[in-house]
Amino acid sequence: MSAILSVQGLSRAFGGLRAVDGVGFEAGRERITAVIGPNGAGKTTLFNLISGSLAPDSGKVLFDGDDITGMKPYRVARRGIARTFQAIKLSGRMTALENVMIGRHVRSRAGFLEGMLAAPWARAEERSIREEAMKAVELLGIAEYAGRETGTLPFGIQRSVELARALASEPKLLLLDEPASGLNARETKELAELIARIRDRGVSILVVEHDMSLVMGISDEIVVLDFGKKLAQGAPREIQRNKDVIAIYLGEDDA
Amino acid sequence: MNSELFVQYLVSGLIYGCIYSAVAIGFNIIYNATGIINFAQGEFAMLGGMIASSLAPRLPLPAAVAAAVALTALAGIVVERVFLRRIARFGVMKTIIATIGLSIVIREAALLGWGESVRTLPFFSGNEVSSIAFLGAHFSPQVLWVAGTIALVVAALSLFFKYSLTGKAMRGCSASREGASLCGIRPEALVTLAFGMSAGIGAVAGCVVAPLTQTHYAIGNVLAIKGFTVAAFGGLGNSLAAVGAGLILGTLESFSIIVVPEAYKDVVTIALLLLVLFAKPTGLFGSAAAGALKEF
Amino acid sequence: MRRFVPVLALAVLAFALPPLAAATKTSFLLTQATMSAYYVLASLGLCALMGYAGQISMGQAAFFAIGGYASSFLSTLNLPTAASGQAEAPFARLLDGAGLLARGADAYGAPTLSLSPALACLCAVLLAAAVAALIGTPILRLKGHYLAMATLGFGIVIEKIARGTKALGGADGISGVPSLRILPGVEVTGGRQARAANFTIAWVLLALGLALLVNLVRSRSGRALRALHDGEAAADAMGVDTARYKLKVFVLGAVYAAVAGAFLTHFNGSIGPGEANAMKSVRYVAIVAIGGMANLTGTVVAGLVLNFLSLRGVFGSLDDGVFGAILVIVMLINIGGARRRPAAGAAGLPGRLSGFAQRVRSVFPARRDRSAR
Repeated sequence: MSAILSVQGLSRAFGGLRAVDGVGFEAGRERITAVIGPNGAGKTTLFNLISGSLAPDSGKVLFDGDDITGMKPYRVARRGIARTFQAIKLSGRMTALENVMIGRHVRSRAGFLEGMLAAPWARAEERSIREEAMKAVELLGIAEYAGRETGTLPFGIQRSVELARALASEPKLLLLDEPASGLNARETKELAELIARIRDRGVSILVVEHDMSLVMGISDEIVVLDFGKKLAQGAPREIQRNKDVIAIYLGEDDA
Repeated sequence: MNSELFVQYLVSGLIYGCIYSAVAIGFNIIYNATGIINFAQGEFAMLGGMIASSLAPRLPLPAAVAAAVALTALAGIVVERVFLRRIARFGVMKTIIATIGLSIVIREAALLGWGESVRTLPFFSGNEVSSIAFLGAHFSPQVLWVAGTIALVVAALSLFFKYSLTGKAMRGCSASREGASLCGIRPEALVTLAFGMSAGIGAVAGCVVAPLTQTHYAIGNVLAIKGFTVAAFGGLGNSLAAVGAGLILGTLESFSIIVVPEAYKDVVTIALLLLVLFAKPTGLFGSAAAGALKEF
Repeated sequence: MRRFVPVLALAVLAFALPPLAAATKTSFLLTQATMSAYYVLASLGLCALMGYAGQISMGQAAFFAIGGYASSFLSTLNLPTAASGQAEAPFARLLDGAGLLARGADAYGAPTLSLSPALACLCAVLLAAAVAALIGTPILRLKGHYLAMATLGFGIVIEKIARGTKALGGADGISGVPSLRILPGVEVTGGRQARAANFTIAWVLLALGLALLVNLVRSRSGRALRALHDGEAAADAMGVDTARYKLKVFVLGAVYAAVAGAFLTHFNGSIGPGEANAMKSVRYVAIVAIGGMANLTGTVVAGLVLNFLSLRGVFGSLDDGVFGAILVIVMLINIGGARRRPAAGAAGLPGRLSGFAQRVRSVFPARRDRSAR
């Protein structure tokens, strides 16, 4: 199938609030699909439903042909979906590199026993984990921070660490939850270029974002949510001209 | 079993149920105000009875009890202001460990001050041999004092939380600390109040039950875990349910010696606690939504 | 290699201290030092659970007791024996053939057969692991104070069972526990003759236990545990099966405690229900806390020092009070607390306000005009 992710009729309510209401769309392979909408439109809930942190009330999530609806997050991760979070969720006490090495968890096997006994193959695997993590760190240009505890790093660098961690798992699909939040204009532009480069390396990307310059600049496809429902879907230029979309934002976009 | 024995077991169960409920209410008040479980809660009940037992020879009984309650409430306030306030910002695990440490310190201080002897209080009315007849069984008037006191405490707390400004402020605080402070409420002061109240309530229970069950420096431990069991049964934070749960649990425990040897009596209670925690952590009477709407 | 310095230090002391003690005529101190090592081994297991996986357990003493009681029970249990000295049950005869039974004689001189202490010890540890696996699954779904209470409750249940069961010796416990032979010539046993050798055995065992954990912490699993501690949601999203990892660490902690309990029981020759006491669990927690929570070396040092002093009676009748006070003081000083800037998404008011502010800023992209940071 050409789409790497297919969301069908996905719904989730919290008490009386229908956070996600019958949402359906497809994310194309090796393309950047952006999910936009006003605050409270259900975007992060949608991510949580896809990544498994929340179970849907109804609907389906198909990933690369398999039904992953309601699967636990660690299972979803093992299938090749990696995500970043809106609020940074790094291990404050571990160094940046160690955090990125966690990203390699799904690509490695050594368990408790091998770890405790320091089995040679486990040690070799550790070395390769470290190398691959370092590659991701260098790709994001944060090599100089690799040995520092993430709790002491500037906010923008922490975002990069989280992204490097997700990349280190060599995902097929990358879920980015408001990656530009808290970044200034220059950083946002660099991030947009980086995301495009990641896509060019063969990773499909689904991004929730408020920053219109980023969204309009690099998205191949845009899905618009409002009050939990899908309002529109299409190429950036179509969405820019879509009267309903303009109406819900009530403001100018700055593409 | 004949009706006399039945009534005696029942009454005994209700008395212990009352004290467990009081400890549970103390847990709930602090939990509602701060989100932490105060492991030292049982020690407050112990302190109330012990302090009163020291004052009783020198003061008229009501004064002794009142002083004991006041002093224990003060101890609760000291615990909060001097220790827990500083530790709370380091996280939940550290706060739990701190309250465990504090409960041990309080207990050992009690050992140091009062020794290992079992202590008691004079009966509030009548003496050891006075009794009331009911359904063929005889029990002490102190039982009525216990039931009456707990009922009074519950009623007073209900009114306090429902109608008084401070009570409402505390409920607001437990629902949303940020929201409350944005409205001009000082959460810190209310937390201190919560500790004072919890300690005082524990002390009241400890005093009113002491003539019947005696008191001893080491009872706090067992009271804490049973009080917590009751609180968990009713749904943490829900004190009305805790009263019901306490009476049920006290009765169950009392009757359990029919089937289970005395030595295993506590095992029954704890097994029930584990069951509740595993099966329905929100409590028998609680649903997650009801928990959010808890009154007091 | 630097990480193994404490391990090597322990190993060196294991062999160096006994002759030193003999020379300074302080050999009588070796007994308490040996016991301390076993208590520290149990604390190490708890350190892995509390410090690295971040799960509080008030029931570590229960597993220590299960190890000790099971091993002593099985090694003092007299299997049905014919007058000829042969086992009656076919399964027992099988074990006998494999050399797994121990022969003795009862007070009347009749032959007795019981499980060899080594087999008993192994069974005890497996039992502890099984119990941990069994209760761990439901218990670890709980968090924070619920978990603390549940593990405390479990500990009390074990203590009551130990105290109340006649077959386990009731309040007196089990005595007459035989020596444990782990290697030819290496026996865990009491008595003056064996004092020096047993000190070495205990400290070598501790060094080994420490080495395994040092390895674990540096490994992929150790990293996963630390990630789990700092944020289950993120660890989950990165492919860590958090439930399974928590259970594995819980079982690991139980195994450490059980091994320590079994060895100590064979060293002392007896065990009583006091070993399962809640205060003992609190001590293990205190030692881990003083050591710095996620600090293996700290746990070892704090544990050896405090246990030794306590066993020597230095704290007198205030023993429990000292541990309680230490707990409170250690929490006040916040040893081992993480350094976190509020912007790193920490819980609590500063973190939440800062997150809120970020989200407000990000809603108005066109209006932002930031100079480069």
